[in-house]
Amino acid sequence: MVPIAYYLILSGILFACGVTGFLIKRNIISIFMSIELMLNGVNLSFVAFAAQWHALSGQIFVFFVMVVAAAEAAVGLAIIIAVYRTRETLNIDQVDLLKL
Amino acid sequence: MTPNLHLWLIPVLPLVGAAINGLFGKKFSRQAVAGVALCFSGAALIKVLTVAFTFSSLAKPHVEFLAPWIRSGNFQADFSFYLDQLSLVMLLVVTGVGFLIHIYSVGYIWEEGGFYRFFAYLNLFMFFMLTLVLASNYLLMFIGWEGVGLASYLLIGFWFTKDSAASAGKKAFIVNRIGDFGFLLALFLLIKHFGSLNFDQVFSSISPLSAETGGAGLLTAIGLLLMVGAAGKSAQIPLYVWLPDAMEGPTPVSALIHAATMVTAGVYMVSRSHVIFERAPMALTVVAIVGTLTALFAATIGITQTDIKKVLAYSTVSQLGYMFIACGVGAFSAAVFHLMTHAFFKGLLFLAAGSVIHAVSGEQDMRQMGGLRTKIPWTFWTMTIATFAIAGIPPFAGFFSKDEILWRAYQSSWVYWAIGLFTAFLTSFYMFRLWFMTFFGTYRGTAEDTHGDSSHGPDHGHGHGHGGIHESPWVMVGPLVVLAVLSVTGGWIGVPGSLGGDNRFEKFLSPVFHSSIAASGAESHGVATPPEKETESPEPQASHSKELIFTGISVFAGIFGFLLAWQLYYRDPQLPQKIAASLGGLYEAVVHKYYIDELYATLFVKPLIAGSALILWHGIDQNVIDASLDNSAHGANQVSDSARHMQSGNLRSYAGWVAAGAAAVIVYMIWTGTR
Repeated sequence: MVPIAYYLILSGILFACGVTGFLIKRNIISIFMSIELMLNGVNLSFVAFAAQWHALSGQIFVFFVMVVAAAEAAVGLAIIIAVYRTRETLNIDQVDLLKL
Repeated sequence: MTPNLHLWLIPVLPLVGAAINGLFGKKFSRQAVAGVALCFSGAALIKVLTVAFTFSSLAKPHVEFLAPWIRSGNFQADFSFYLDQLSLVMLLVVTGVGFLIHIYSVGYIWEEGGFYRFFAYLNLFMFFMLTLVLASNYLLMFIGWEGVGLASYLLIGFWFTKDSAASAGKKAFIVNRIGDFGFLLALFLLIKHFGSLNFDQVFSSISPLSAETGGAGLLTAIGLLLMVGAAGKSAQIPLYVWLPDAMEGPTPVSALIHAATMVTAGVYMVSRSHVIFERAPMALTVVAIVGTLTALFAATIGITQTDIKKVLAYSTVSQLGYMFIACGVGAFSAAVFHLMTHAFFKGLLFLAAGSVIHAVSGEQDMRQMGGLRTKIPWTFWTMTIATFAIAGIPPFAGFFSKDEILWRAYQSSWVYWAIGLFTAFLTSFYMFRLWFMTFFGTYRGTAEDTHGDSSHGPDHGHGHGHGGIHESPWVMVGPLVVLAVLSVTGGWIGVPGSLGGDNRFEKFLSPVFHSSIAASGAESHGVATPPEKETESPEPQASHSKELIFTGISVFAGIFGFLLAWQLYYRDPQLPQKIAASLGGLYEAVVHKYYIDELYATLFVKPLIAGSALILWHGIDQNVIDASLDNSAHGANQVSDSARHMQSGNLRSYAGWVAAGAAAVIVYMIWTGTR
């Protein structure tokens, strides 16, 4: 059996990739995908723990996260399309109407 | 059951006038402002006259309670009024002369800016002065005392855009503060030792005490402190310096406040406190010495002044000195008598001087006058009467009061008498000098040619459109005539026994001063003094003839002054310059008022200003108070400035901070978890 540490390290690498992408990317869609990457990194650690401790609650949480991510994708993509229609750009630095 | 006289109306009526003019006067026409001011001050005069007519039927002293004020334990100070012979005389003088000067001011100030302000202040002054006179306790008196100082400050600085007037006002106020400090300390001593400030209670608890002959005691301390207050208000050495500068104010103000009424408040206060002073011979001696020195000192300065108002100012200081001589030798009724006649003739002198200044379009320098006798005859004749009155020529008012003081001074010590007599000669000399320089000879000014609009005198530059030398309007001449009549007849109520009179004035006041024990200003000199009671009773014939001789001497001194002035300033006008040149340094010193102002500036004013600038301003204000505020504000500014940069508005930087924070928490947890 693969030790849990491997799963957790992979989960950390995935999460770190998501964070890095979130921080350095300018395109909104890339940022959005980075968020999904972070969520999946967390999901991986959930199922790893669930398998290790034979506890179902971890797997149930993963389903919840997936549902939320799907809902978020629907809403988020709709927002991205709306932003593109009004601003004609997907560069996050130019979407700064709230900044003084 | 004593009748209710509604004495409170007397001070409150002018206060109402002041309030109306002060609050709404700006929108009124000049006629309305003058009407309000005259109505209310006139109403006060009528009220005083009605009180005077019912006076003989009253039980004296008549105390009228108005409202409670301060009640703390046994101590009690109320708004209540005290009417006796002394305060009645003062009331008549203040409201009578005050009303006449109100009338005169309407003409004098008509073309000036701030007309309503002037009359509001003038009425305010009347309110405080009447409060001072009517108060039944020292605390209420102190309110009036401070209030007249305030009114005086406001009126000296009436032309506040002029720097000299503004600083003269400040000088008067600050010098008076020094005196008021002494007055306050005296009040604290009274409260501490007698538990009261009411005249009745204080005097009745002091009366049983015997005179403090040996060394200084409590009453001496109180008396001396009261005298400090009186010296401030009544311009005595060493606090007289403010009065000559106060001439920066409008001339009616000089007449009302700085000649007739306010400056005599000190004399009134000392007379009112005669019970204290009579039991403190050392304090009385100080009063007499201060009065004598002031009288002589101011008179010598008066000789050399060329500004017509400054001469009158030093004359006022000198005459106030006379009143303090009288107080100091225990002749309080003589002091009040001279106070009254002085109010008449010195008020008249100032008003007439104002009329002269008005005539020559604001010029105050007597060297620029001359020959005005025929051009302003009314002013000339009224001023002549006043000059004769102050010079002590019989039968004018000043003769009787001054003679009375000199006689009583002689009874105390011949030193007071000799200096007083010499001062009387000086007074006569400088007054006739003024008279000759102003009204005789040939006109030396320029007002006739330039029609006055270019000659801006130190007063305020009456920029009248109407040109030439002209007599003042009737509204100004009228009060002059009334005061002239009073200056002639005012002394007749106090004709001494030696001249066949019965000195009704002293008899009238005697209930106030009668309770006195032997006035003892002279005891410390070792000269036997007849007590007050004795002089009130008919004197033996020998004393009468002696008194007559002294009267003759003082009249001669007055006439000698007249002759000298006549010789120097009429017959040979070049002579004074030669004499001045031959005197050299002494003359210079007198012209510069003995450099007293400069001395005070070096001794007190400059060190005080320098110390304040160095320690209080730069040291404490700038380096402690300002610095602490500035530094904390600056620090807050810096902290928030650096914190501000975190909120860049850049979304990814926020996310970076979140990530970094989360990483830091994780590192912390790992680090602590492994230990």
